Amino acid sequence: MEKSNNTQSRRSFLKVTSITGGGMMIGFSWLANLIPNAAIAATAATKDWIELTGFIKIFPDNRIVILSPNPEFGQNVMTSLPMMIAEELEVDWTKITVEQGDYDTPRFKRQFTGGSQAMRMAWKPLRTAGATARTMLIQAAANEWNIPVAELTASNGFVIHKASNKSASYGALATAASKLTTPEKINLKKNGEFSLIGTPQKNVEGSKVVTGKSLFTMDYKHEGMLIAMAIHPTAFGMKLKSFDATEALKMPGIKDVFEIQVYKDGYVKAGFDTRTFNNLVVVVGNTTWEVMNARKKVNIQWEVFQPYKEFAGAGNNKREDTIPAGLESSDEHLKQMYEKQKVPGKILRKDGEPEAAFAKAKKIIEKTYSAPFLAHNTMEPISCFAHITDEKALFVAPIQIPEMMKQSITANLGITADKIDMKLARMGGGFGRRAYGHYIVEAGLISQKMKAPIKLIYTREDDMTNGVYRPSYMVTYKAALDEKNNVTAIHIKGGGIPENAIHENRFPAGAFENYLAEGWDIPSNITIGAFRAPRSNFIASAEQSFLDELAEAIGKDPIDYRIELLKKAKANPVGKNNEYDADRYIGVLELVKEKSNWGNPKNKNAKRGVAAYFCHNSYAAHVLELSMKDGQPVVGNIVSALDCGVVVNPEGAKNMIEGAIVDGIGNVLYGGLRFEKGVPMQKNFNQYRMIRMKEAPKKIDIHFVQNNIDPTGLGEPPFPPIFAAFANALYKATGKRHYHQPFINDLNKG
Amino acid sequence: MAKFKLKINSKIFEVDVDPSTPVLWVLRDHINLVGTKYGCGVGSCGACTIHLNGRSLRSCQLPVSAVGVQEITTIEGLSENGEHPVQKAWIEQDVAQCGYCQTGQIMTAAALLKTKPNPTDEEIDSYMSGNICRCGTYTRIRTAIKSAAKSTTK
Repeated sequence: MEKSNNTQSRRSFLKVTSITGGGMMIGFSWLANLIPNAAIAATAATKDWIELTGFIKIFPDNRIVILSPNPEFGQNVMTSLPMMIAEELEVDWTKITVEQGDYDTPRFKRQFTGGSQAMRMAWKPLRTAGATARTMLIQAAANEWNIPVAELTASNGFVIHKASNKSASYGALATAASKLTTPEKINLKKNGEFSLIGTPQKNVEGSKVVTGKSLFTMDYKHEGMLIAMAIHPTAFGMKLKSFDATEALKMPGIKDVFEIQVYKDGYVKAGFDTRTFNNLVVVVGNTTWEVMNARKKVNIQWEVFQPYKEFAGAGNNKREDTIPAGLESSDEHLKQMYEKQKVPGKILRKDGEPEAAFAKAKKIIEKTYSAPFLAHNTMEPISCFAHITDEKALFVAPIQIPEMMKQSITANLGITADKIDMKLARMGGGFGRRAYGHYIVEAGLISQKMKAPIKLIYTREDDMTNGVYRPSYMVTYKAALDEKNNVTAIHIKGGGIPENAIHENRFPAGAFENYLAEGWDIPSNITIGAFRAPRSNFIASAEQSFLDELAEAIGKDPIDYRIELLKKAKANPVGKNNEYDADRYIGVLELVKEKSNWGNPKNKNAKRGVAAYFCHNSYAAHVLELSMKDGQPVVGNIVSALDCGVVVNPEGAKNMIEGAIVDGIGNVLYGGLRFEKGVPMQKNFNQYRMIRMKEAPKKIDIHFVQNNIDPTGLGEPPFPPIFAAFANALYKATGKRHYHQPFINDLNKG
Repeated sequence: MAKFKLKINSKIFEVDVDPSTPVLWVLRDHINLVGTKYGCGVGSCGACTIHLNGRSLRSCQLPVSAVGVQEITTIEGLSENGEHPVQKAWIEQDVAQCGYCQTGQIMTAAALLKTKPNPTDEEIDSYMSGNICRCGTYTRIRTAIKSAAKSTTK
């Protein structure tokens, strides 16, 4: 399949073939303009078109298999993507079999899970594929019965001629259909005309999950498979000096202990090749417990490293990064960030004359917010299976973006791309962490050295302490007020380690005449990566807390004040490049106001906070109810309003929003990874506090704005605003504002 | 190494392993029962929950040498074909997101309902709080447990 920029003809877009033994198979390739998320945009690795290929298989016995192209990590694409195909194919959803597609076979070219893009990118191509198959099946029946197409309908896997009471199953028609020319014109249903899309459907793998079937990479078995673990430095800023494996090699079941270098010297990293610890000590043995015991017997010397250079990017975006030396600590980070706040940053956006407005201000409200590093802590720790032989490189990998790994695999393992055979296992959580596939290279290197199939397993401690974290951030919001309490200017300034979280063109930009956004970054050797709604997950917490405080200071209702600003931004937008759609923003605020009985709550004693945010193309607003018990916050009911366009599967969508809410409450209240002299101080779940059931909300009530906008994505948008809804409710319940995450630290100080 | 005879899901298995090996790894590596998951190895997440003589327990903290004649039940043995009321309730409420922690959640919930067929919200929250769900499906788990309780006490 040739790649081009959205100009492919339908003929090359779809490929219809016969299945050996009868039946038809539709392969389709889609090209869509990928709106990259922050992480991708930063790398420029994918400022291209994304192409995906998938299949519908119709067998003579009327079995229909739909292959889901995108990796599944709990966002339920394995259900919702095939629903799009089934909608147009006109089949009985309960009789469909869904299978996970593999990576890099003749069937699939590119696959990507991240940036809340799956529904958005798949919307037209997958429905077109379903409609094409249906059209051809109808044509096949028309030919066979010698009846005009117009008299035929398709329903539940059958083509029907009502007048003569004739019907034929798709299975019976498939072989004939596969021999027809792929139609040029396809009619797609209009939004609002769906029968399957928009209905709640359960996770297609639900029964496998609840019966404990082998689904995950951790569960994968292969004949002759060995278990491998990799030991990385105890601290960021350190590297391997030497090791002595004499004792470890004497341990039962141990096959070998050796060093691997993950990325070759001079390797130019692609966007998702994040790895600080490049030299690892690997222990390989027969079973997990034997390897776990033997690794404790390896005597390893680490040493601090000097600053070094790394190469990354491609083409015009090729760059040289200097990785700083040093053993960093969280207390030091905080000091550095406060220092940066005192000096001018890089101006990211300026409207009007903010300096003059602040100089003239009658009153200035200024608040500083901060948040720590966060570990993704997916429930399934990092793992990867590899079996590299001369014939092929077999991987079973939990990876969000398999395509992005090709360069890394081929360059660092010295194999050609055609040898790669990668099975995409269901992932035990992703949240951005599994976009960074260094572990695939590691597993490949270990298999090459052992000349055997191996499964690389990270312990929880390995997983939590090896980097790729959500950065640590700080931001100051400042508002200038005149004598009439009008807000005359807004100033946002902030940064992070190692990147800032400012989205200078998002609300409230556009709503204030005088506006200034400044940013700064502090280099670090602690590696970071995308974490559910990168950057938004911090900046929303600060922005939406500040707007709450500002509304109170000027005596306005927090929802009404936001709506007032949005209306202003819509009627008279200040500046250019405002990223949000004010109407959709107002839409979720009005919906959450109505559904939560905002002015007149059922529970008169309830302390409530509100927040809203736009990111990843969708809009979310939450009202959170909170009370205090024994000095600890107890979250009650939550009402949420979402605008993500057409909701494909409301059941899966609601589940994901509930998850984002719980995740956000957990992180704002408890989340945090601290460093002392480069050492991550939290190494396992007995030290890193995760939200648990007793801390989860009592009830979550979710409402979608009803519209016919094409789906705009949902994995990330509900996450950022929950932090501030919690903060604002906590203020109502305690009378004290909290600015520094995780709030539990201040709460426990009293 | 030492030989151990284990009764797991009503069947007898013989394994030859180091006596310190946690039951979690005996199940996963030696008997190929992979429904019991590794999450933390320190008894803090509940992903490895099994039943020992009907009571829920973290299998990562149980050395194989301590099992003796006690009977082990794993998710694979909780019911023949996923028909345990808790499993059915999990499907009915569409609980799972990534699904990795859910077998541990189900084993804990099934043990809870054995001792408390009609638990209050507080009892559910307290009993289930040793099990982490990183995807945040707690509200669905709570509903599913209540639904399972209802279906068994009718």
